[in-house]
Amino acid sequence: MKVLVPIKRVIDYNVKVRVKADNSDVDLTNTKMAINPFCEIAVEEAVRLKEAGTVTEIIVVSVGDKTCQEQLRTALALGADRAIQIETDESLDALNIAKLLQKVVEEEQPQLVILGKQSIDSDNNQTGQMLAALTGMSQGTFASEVVVDGDKVNVTREVDGGLQTLALTLPAVVTTDLRLNEPRYASLPNIMKAKRKPLDVKPAADFGINLTARTSLLKVTPPAERQAGIMVGSIDELIEKLKTEAKVIS
Amino acid sequence: MSILVYAEHDNTELKADTLKTVTAALKIGSDVHLLVAGANCQSVVEQAAKVTGVTKVLVADNAAYEHQLAENVSALVLELAADYDTIMATALTTGKNFVPRVAALLDVAQISDIIDVESADTFVRPIYAGNAIATVKSLDVKKVLTVRATAFDAADTDGSAEVVTLSNVTDAGISSHVKDELTVSARPDLGAASIVISGGRGMQNGENFKLLDGIADKLGAAIGASRAAVDAGFVPNDMQVGQTGKIVAPDLYIAVGISGAIQHLAGMKDSKVIVAINKDPEAPIFQVADYGLEADLFDALPELEAKL
Repeated sequence: MKVLVPIKRVIDYNVKVRVKADNSDVDLTNTKMAINPFCEIAVEEAVRLKEAGTVTEIIVVSVGDKTCQEQLRTALALGADRAIQIETDESLDALNIAKLLQKVVEEEQPQLVILGKQSIDSDNNQTGQMLAALTGMSQGTFASEVVVDGDKVNVTREVDGGLQTLALTLPAVVTTDLRLNEPRYASLPNIMKAKRKPLDVKPAADFGINLTARTSLLKVTPPAERQAGIMVGSIDELIEKLKTEAKVIS
Repeated sequence: MSILVYAEHDNTELKADTLKTVTAALKIGSDVHLLVAGANCQSVVEQAAKVTGVTKVLVADNAAYEHQLAENVSALVLELAADYDTIMATALTTGKNFVPRVAALLDVAQISDIIDVESADTFVRPIYAGNAIATVKSLDVKKVLTVRATAFDAADTDGSAEVVTLSNVTDAGISSHVKDELTVSARPDLGAASIVISGGRGMQNGENFKLLDGIADKLGAAIGASRAAVDAGFVPNDMQVGQTGKIVAPDLYIAVGISGAIQHLAGMKDSKVIVAINKDPEAPIFQVADYGLEADLFDALPELEAKL
């Protein structure tokens, strides 16, 4: 079966973001960018399903400007078969991204769509669920285990109290949690091979979707700074401070 | 202007976080309705009807909603949506799971994990693992939101709302529940505890997490963990505090053997008082800690337990 893996280019997870002086947004100029960690796990899961013989073709797709081709190439180097870039210079709301992905699903007819559970920049945690809704697919979010079983997929989900396993009728949308797998590194020969794999560029405007913004970002500010604390010398001093100064224990 | 709040529960008990989401709802408007979807959830309905500020409790009690599958619950909410300007749920795993589905079916954007309400259409939310705070205006007619419970106080429980039973049942039939493997604990719920003590990679193994037990018992605290501790298999993942785990904001957060990576800080830096115990004086956790103790946790923890 065919798997579609939507991925996103985001700021590298180790980078501390700076808010622009005019509070219009965060400053991403000259910042190290990478494939969103959850998306990397989604690619890895698709590749493992292919290695297990369950999956025949892996298509990766990203919505963004030309720079996201870099992340698509990374995914190809990790084992995806071909890539689609939906080209736009706009930063789109999750719903508009989901609508673009819906068109790709209609065209490619994948049995399984695997996405990251959230991107580490907008922290929305929406796109997979929205895509499932628009395509009428079942959904298995926050997956820590995915087992394809005939025309169903069993997804073990990380929920608040522990784990929950659902059986989903295919086609289905799965979103990955961090514990689903440990992504591999791309080897140099695979990086070279990835350069020759097909990458289609499709302008977002050609999809015939009204991509008007649904939300407006009014301002972005740095979070409140915490007051610098003090170092204590002993457990006794710590307990004393917590009791008398902070008054959080009695 | 009516607001529909999805009640978070386990079919027996209304989650305390729902009371906080009701507070957020009351900042938007005054006519707040709670939706209880579940199976054999009469006790939840009784608790929901007492939440102050709630005027109506809608009850969908049916086997189709027992496990609150996204496909079924979103269809139910969609049927009710016409009567509401705002639909909201707590940003816990159930809400995060089905609310975006509702938004997409309504063809509106969703605003996730709000920490403040500026007006009926403008909300504040953290982005980039809490390293920036965004003020976002919804341009849609209907607002669909999830709420970070730790950012709001709990509503009181001396109300008496009207209870309305819903009869329509939707079972999409494309997903089914297989099993739950829930972590059993007598300790307070991590998200709701007023004191949390967390261990990180410095704990070295799962066995050593027992060093936290006695302290947690004496303080009435919940036990959390960093991602490093979860990934290393020391403790189950539902104990993880951070950007991708639980967001907590207790009165007291004690971080033991946790370096303080960006992703961990995202889950706990709104705690009132932060204590860090770490043998590395350069650990980033000390930059956000109100009280830092540079010490080997294997010496410090038994001493702390003995002296509390």
